[in-house]
Amino acid sequence: MTLSSGRPAVVVDGVAKSFGRTRALDGVSLTAGAGVTGLLGPNGAGKTTLLRMLATVLAPDDGRLRLLGRDAADAGERLEIRRRLGYLPQEPGFHRGFTAFEFVDYVAILKEMTSRRERHDEVRRVLDEVGLSAVSGKKIRALSGGMRRRVALAQALLGDPELLVLDEPTVGLDPEQRLRFREIISRAAEGRCVILSTHQTEDVAALCGSIIVVHAGRTLFGGTPAELVATAQGRVWLDATRSPDARIAWRTGTGLHRNIGDVPPPQAELVRPSVEDAYLLLLGDESAAVAA
Amino acid sequence: MSALLASTRAELLRLRRWPALWVLLGVWITLNLTFVYGFNYIAYRTGDASAVTEGVPPQALLADMLPTAVPQSVIQGMPMFGGAILMILGALSAGSGYGWGTWKTVLTQGPGRVAAFGGTLAALALVVIGVVLATAAIDLGVSSVLAVVESQPLEMPPLGELAEAVGAGLLVLGMWTAAGVLIGVLTKSPALAVGLGLVWALVVENLLRGVSDLLGGMATVSDHLPGTAAGSLVGALGARGEAEGDGTPGVLTVLDGGTATWLLAAYLVAFAVVGLMLVRRRDLA
Repeated sequence: MTLSSGRPAVVVDGVAKSFGRTRALDGVSLTAGAGVTGLLGPNGAGKTTLLRMLATVLAPDDGRLRLLGRDAADAGERLEIRRRLGYLPQEPGFHRGFTAFEFVDYVAILKEMTSRRERHDEVRRVLDEVGLSAVSGKKIRALSGGMRRRVALAQALLGDPELLVLDEPTVGLDPEQRLRFREIISRAAEGRCVILSTHQTEDVAALCGSIIVVHAGRTLFGGTPAELVATAQGRVWLDATRSPDARIAWRTGTGLHRNIGDVPPPQAELVRPSVEDAYLLLLGDESAAVAA
Repeated sequence: MSALLASTRAELLRLRRWPALWVLLGVWITLNLTFVYGFNYIAYRTGDASAVTEGVPPQALLADMLPTAVPQSVIQGMPMFGGAILMILGALSAGSGYGWGTWKTVLTQGPGRVAAFGGTLAALALVVIGVVLATAAIDLGVSSVLAVVESQPLEMPPLGELAEAVGAGLLVLGMWTAAGVLIGVLTKSPALAVGLGLVWALVVENLLRGVSDLLGGMATVSDHLPGTAAGSLVGALGARGEAEGDGTPGVLTVLDGGTATWLLAAYLVAFAVVGLMLVRRRDLA
């Protein structure tokens, strides 16, 4: 199932959410269409809260959420959204006694796939899509962490959803597994809207057409990776020593120091910033503004 | 409705694939066969009026093992032993959803919280129906074999009595299962839920009944506890109670059958509704 063209799949307008006295989200707004949108932010920024709202598991205290052209606040429309949505939670819960096939089949039943043959065909399709066909008969407790993440991704892909919400899908994976996940997600994003929360700026740079940076429950940035990188232009330089003006600096493998800050010294060799550099500067700017 | 149906089907699949279910059901069937038929038949054959049989004459022992006694024998162990086992099942079923994070998985797939929790209750209700019918069928089968082996007339119990016993069994085990589910939801932990549930059913209720004479008004409370209602319903249907010496622990004659039935139904509904409210209102984490 592909997204109908022209209309954004996700429209978040000023949503807010508090847990007791903690303000988890404070008027976040964003829009997202086809392709991968990366959600970046430090721990406790409100990413998971936002994704749980996008998955319709959590209702906002304030603000509006339109997903796939429907109002998430309306119970009837919410059910329609859920039928066209796939969600990979940060810590997916498994019934350990299930095999990979049985677990995905169990979720398919919950998704109201009633015809046994069609359901089993669909389960086999998604397990194949995440590269788990060979181990579909293995118990989940016997699978590695990376394989379990892929089982969880497989259940999110059931029914060919138009909107995929993935909460830190690559956390805890080794480099090979991460690359494999990257491949799966990029394939899954064809004709779909994928919202991906992560700490891995490399994943964002490699996969995402747009980036949202969230910090302390607010949106700090929304734009393309190139636009994010542009905010750090002229603020990253190599030098023989750690510059006193640098906010962050480290000695690289070449022996030179990579300095990230506001004012490079006159003789500094400016280098092209990465998404990571820009992200760090953005968070640093925000912290400085809060401190001021 | 389709969401509730989907949740029920999914939950039945989960329960079928869950070893804990089969272990608990195996324990119940084994306990039932051992205490209703095993020990009594050994005592009957050996003529041993041991502590187990409380000096009951052999012919009375045999009568209790024949098909006509099935309406009583099938339910006599349910208020305490069967109830405790089914409460463990309910507690594990709901509590493990929090422990393993599977409630989150379920509630992000489409069914709302009412449908998801309703599906769990419906699936457990089907398990309870299966347990009671299987127990009755096994007891009828074993008692029929014993009747043939002991050259006794193969006389079946009146259908009405059998239906009453099955109904009472459903109510007793259903109530304890719902209690287990509620404790599982309250504690969000399978281990704590099982522990607390067993302490309540096997210890606290008995202690309260023990001290009810000492404190004014306590008797009224202890006479209307879930265990008292369950024991009284089974006692009202003819099972021999604790007070008779050779009776089964947990079987009581405190309330009449009608009152016990209504009280059990009220507890069952209350446990289910409170559990549902908690699942709807609370965060899953």
